[in-house]
Amino acid sequence: MSDSKKPSESRTIRVGALARVEGEGALHLEMRDGKVEQVRLDIYEPPRFYEAFLRGRDFREVPDITARICGICPVAYQMGACHALEKCMGVFDQVDPAIRTLRNLLYCGEWIESHVLHIFMLHLPDFLGYESAITMAADHGATVQRALKLKKLGNDLVALLAGRAVHPVGVCVGGFYSGPDPQQVKLMLPAMKAAVDEMAELTLFLAGKLQYPDLERDYEFVALCPDNEYPMNLGRIKSDKGLSVDQEEFGQAIEERHVPHSTALHAVIRGRGAYMVGPLSRLNLNAAKLHPRAAELLPKVCKLLKHELPWRNNFFSLPARALETVHALALAADILEKYVPPPRSRIPVAPKAGAGGHGTEAPRGICWHSYRTHADGSIAAARIVPPTSQNQMTIEEDLWKMAQRITDLPDEEAALRCEHLIRNYDPCISCSVHFLKFHRTWRP
Amino acid sequence: MPDSQQIIGKPKLAVYKFSSCDGCQLSLLNLEDQLLDLVGTVEVAYFLEARRRELPPPYDIGLVEGSVSTPEEEKRIHQIRRDCKFLVAIGACATSGGIQALRNWADVEEFMRCVYATPQYIHTLDTATPIASHVFVDFELRGCPVNPLQLLELIGAVLVGRKPNIPTHSVCIECKRRGLTCVLVSQGEPCLGPITQTGCGALCPSCNRPCYGCFGPMEQPNIASLGGRFQSWGHSPRGIKLMLRSFNGYLEPFKQASEHYERLEKTK
Repeated sequence: MSDSKKPSESRTIRVGALARVEGEGALHLEMRDGKVEQVRLDIYEPPRFYEAFLRGRDFREVPDITARICGICPVAYQMGACHALEKCMGVFDQVDPAIRTLRNLLYCGEWIESHVLHIFMLHLPDFLGYESAITMAADHGATVQRALKLKKLGNDLVALLAGRAVHPVGVCVGGFYSGPDPQQVKLMLPAMKAAVDEMAELTLFLAGKLQYPDLERDYEFVALCPDNEYPMNLGRIKSDKGLSVDQEEFGQAIEERHVPHSTALHAVIRGRGAYMVGPLSRLNLNAAKLHPRAAELLPKVCKLLKHELPWRNNFFSLPARALETVHALALAADILEKYVPPPRSRIPVAPKAGAGGHGTEAPRGICWHSYRTHADGSIAAARIVPPTSQNQMTIEEDLWKMAQRITDLPDEEAALRCEHLIRNYDPCISCSVHFLKFHRTWRP
Repeated sequence: MPDSQQIIGKPKLAVYKFSSCDGCQLSLLNLEDQLLDLVGTVEVAYFLEARRRELPPPYDIGLVEGSVSTPEEEKRIHQIRRDCKFLVAIGACATSGGIQALRNWADVEEFMRCVYATPQYIHTLDTATPIASHVFVDFELRGCPVNPLQLLELIGAVLVGRKPNIPTHSVCIECKRRGLTCVLVSQGEPCLGPITQTGCGALCPSCNRPCYGCFGPMEQPNIASLGGRFQSWGHSPRGIKLMLRSFNGYLEPFKQASEHYERLEKTK
């Protein structure tokens, strides 16, 4: 922490790194005459050039390779790659419903572990005034224990379907290498059912007992919107402001800009500007399709928050994530209960020249892939649009609004407020992009 | 191993990230059943992914995830070595360079133009290399990602001052112990299990797929023999090169073998 001087003088402030965020970035606030002049979220995650080295690889390797973009949401990268490559190979419509159901089940596992990790280990300490869940555990041991149990269940579910939680090995283009063992499925069911009640209770605690900063903005919410289910793997991409595109067209609807201070490309909707992906967008656009267990909680949560949907305050992403966790647990319990081993766990996929684009709902928002393939099945071109790079411009705009309110605060307090806000987005900076140092420059 | 007698008070743990996906750090947080005991035993002194508070060095154990791929990282690793008594490279990126080490065989300028509209904004090295290429490391824990239980074993061993019990034999042995059907012999699948170090628990064969080598080469693997078998089944030198050149491709002897198959591919 650097020394604090009066706001009227010129100064640069360096506050410790933005912790509890996956990846690295830095925040610069430039102040003149006590007013915010510039806000810049720097992202200097080392570039790893996935889109470049994927060229020439076999299409069957892609789900395993792209999983390595992010250890927190590998399933999202695997699902995006599988769907897009099935389009390249012309078999997208041939995937069995039973395989699609298992893909949703796998995604439930990732949503549960990622959401619970973020809500309780990374974000809740901000609301309760702790520097980390480790310190928080001293006063709220029971809550942390309950959360760890839920997180483990999410990991166990991913492992049940695909071998392990980080970089699962069971997923392939066309489905799964094998279906889960019915015996193991049966064993997991009681814990999953109990977890629904557990998380429902925790959701009401989160909605009722926390102080949510009031920062409403007129966002454009973008999410997958399938007709008859809460979004995960399928659906047209829509917004609350009129965007409605087929999966394939999404790449055309957005524009990615490369800015000097970031290795993440900033995505904007063509001709319009910044937009938001993630739990708030999904919930605002798809609340009617929540699992009945989550749907019955929604009015109670709205009452406790004193806000009806649509929520335009991204601090409410925490209760939104909690509701989505209830949804994922309840949906997982339903699927596990009805599970019978499918006649086949994968459809045959032959190499072919083709092109295909597809996005799925990573815990932190749409993760969109597009590929072109050669006749031998090798990759000719790849483009991957991760959620955090889509949110980056919206985060900067939020910070702009927040920065006006914190000009009087001491540096550490100001940095905390900004970090808290950034964590609303559950930014997975390694996806695209390293972690945050806080700089505030005061110019006379 | 450091003499455990030297550690005064709670041992301090530091966790660092270099070029990586965060998955190995997450593996530490995925020890849900042991996590609260672990943070009761060690002082988590520096771990940005988990906590805001930082305690000043020196640290008793440093875990480094990721490979060295930028000029900044190249400098930072030397300070970290000075700050940590026992330094462990965790995961495929830190022990082999990781998947991003594929650039080591490519033209990085061209890679930058492929991904970024304005390559001059990007500061990167021409190579992504393991931590041990830059500083002395006390131990290397393999895996993409590391196995959380091996991580726990390692931390426990360092704390009591003994050698970590991390086997270096092949996945094959693990697979036989589990009684799994051999995907190589019974299905003719190109399984890297015979040349890959164990640690995963023979996961891929248990999911009915061939091992793709995410724990890197075992001690003294016979790659030529396995590659010969794959070729006799009709796999091309290029195909075998790609199999070897993935998450641990830049680690010897996978590196050397992949270069051999690359030469075969070009002379064909």
